[in-house]
Amino acid sequence: MAASPHTLSSRLLTGWGGGCIWYLERRATRQSPRRFLHLLRNVNQQWVTFQHFNFLRRMYVTQLNRSLKQQIKPKPEPAESPFLEKTSLDEAKAEICEMRPLVPPSLPLSRKPSEKALIGLEPASVTEGSVALGRETKEEKQWKEMKLRADDLPGILARLSKIKLTALVVSTTSAGFALAPAPFDWSCFLLTFVGTGLASCAANSINQFFEVPFDSNMNRTKNRPLVRGQISPLLAVSFATCCAVPGVALLTWGVNPLTGALGLFNIFLYTCCYTPLKRVSIANTWVGAVVGAIPPVMGWTAATGSLDAGACLLGGILYSWQFPHFNALSWGLREDYSRGGYCMMSVTHPALCRRVALRHCLALLAMCAAAPALDVTTWTFPVISLPINLYISYLGFRFYRDADRKSSRKLFFCSLWHLPLLLLLMLTCKRRVGEEGAGAPQS
Amino acid sequence: MASRRPARRLVLTALCRAFSGRGCQLAPERGAERRDAAPSRVSRFCPPRKSRHDWIGPPDKYSNLRPIHFYIPENESPLEQKLRELRQETQEWNQQFWADQNLTFHKEKEEFVRSRLKAKGLDLRTESGQKATLNAEEMADFYKEFLSKNFQKHMYYNRDWYKRNFAITFFMGKVALERIWNKLRPKQKTSS
Repeated sequence: MAASPHTLSSRLLTGWGGGCIWYLERRATRQSPRRFLHLLRNVNQQWVTFQHFNFLRRMYVTQLNRSLKQQIKPKPEPAESPFLEKTSLDEAKAEICEMRPLVPPSLPLSRKPSEKALIGLEPASVTEGSVALGRETKEEKQWKEMKLRADDLPGILARLSKIKLTALVVSTTSAGFALAPAPFDWSCFLLTFVGTGLASCAANSINQFFEVPFDSNMNRTKNRPLVRGQISPLLAVSFATCCAVPGVALLTWGVNPLTGALGLFNIFLYTCCYTPLKRVSIANTWVGAVVGAIPPVMGWTAATGSLDAGACLLGGILYSWQFPHFNALSWGLREDYSRGGYCMMSVTHPALCRRVALRHCLALLAMCAAAPALDVTTWTFPVISLPINLYISYLGFRFYRDADRKSSRKLFFCSLWHLPLLLLLMLTCKRRVGEEGAGAPQS
Repeated sequence: MASRRPARRLVLTALCRAFSGRGCQLAPERGAERRDAAPSRVSRFCPPRKSRHDWIGPPDKYSNLRPIHFYIPENESPLEQKLRELRQETQEWNQQFWADQNLTFHKEKEEFVRSRLKAKGLDLRTESGQKATLNAEEMADFYKEFLSKNFQKHMYYNRDWYKRNFAITFFMGKVALERIWNKLRPKQKTSS
């Protein structure tokens, strides 16, 4: 039971959690080098005509009984290009050369097919071809082959599993683990970290699997992998299973059965209750708040093995936090929700939406005051967390009164920094085991 | 049907393709039929001859859904055909629902704005010539009304969408297993 390493590791944890989020975010948004080159080539028309030139040179044009048709006997390509550019080029070539009633005037039929003659004609047909290319490939360029490439897969899976959200979930779990009154065990922590991360990835993937047509119709979600056809539904479900099974197994057998059960329950709650309920009733927001509250509880139970008052308090704080966060966010999305058929408080019960957000801001204040009474933190905590809690309550009140986009945005962005800061303050004011009630703040 | 890939990569490629859930098998390029499986609205696009995969297009103007042009291999098994037809039919059904939904939404929104502006005694155009709009609070009445009016329709759609999604994924799984089985079976003619 070492106090100092524990403090240090707790602090490292929060810092590391933040660093992790940043790192994962960068990874998920970074484009692969190949795609970048591909984009370059897309833009550069010169490359297109050069390819065209080379392709034509390899072609043999044969005549058929004075008919206007031209039959092509292409030489086998030396290497299959992975770039989309090439395939759309071939397609355009096929159209130009195949069954056109109009023969390019620069290629009179009486001329004997010879490579030298072809080269002579090429500049003219190249220009003609480029014009036709410009017209046809504009729409065709937007069509993508549904071929999964190995180097795209990590980025696609990161987006499928909502890696940023997963990182946030895992950091709340880590906070729960660090706040628990038990010696900090690195191996247990790592197992909890990985297990919760995998469970979250699985839940998010299934959520996206269910919501493809709805996601297509909302601006916020229209670039998701399943919507764009970058991955098939089967692969998404397989990935979710491959995350859920080891994740829950790791939590159940690597940590303790209670944490495993909570993880499994949370996956079920999110995928089978929250996701379908979004389109049925406004009760989905309360279910979603529970989903958000469970991860820190899991962190706590991983460390202590039991579901005690401190765990419930921590869960309660996260539960209450969800309301100002989500209600403020949904205020600006009312049109999309209505058109997509989502039952959200902001659409159907706007007054309730704002009332609930304010109510839970005040509940946060109350719960932070209760933290020392339950031996989670020292009495310093309610004092130093008062400013940020008062601020978010003030913004909640403004949102309640003004009910406009500006106040909703302010409340939403405040909630984004409020939670990490609150958890950090809790960690610094953590009640050490064996300490008396009125302790000085640990620094 | 000659294999174009070295044998050592065959199993891996088969697994990859099997899990990709698309109708892509090795087929001779020249003989591949390019039957247009997509409905007429997207038939302007024609994938390249050499391609053995489905192609996905830009979002539709009305439904915001991306149309898929399904690849039909020469040696398509009955199960694969069933999957492709189910996907095709679901695509058309989805397209119709969302196009109708979005168009209705926009039309009713316009009517609502017009009627509210008239009730307030305002012009449809402001002084600067731009279209007059209502603020978010006034629009909220419309959003609420639209949602409650179409609730039953949404319920039916949800139920059908979940059923179809599960069915498609299930068939994709079956097709994947069938392909793996065919590839691993020793040198027999593939049969469904």
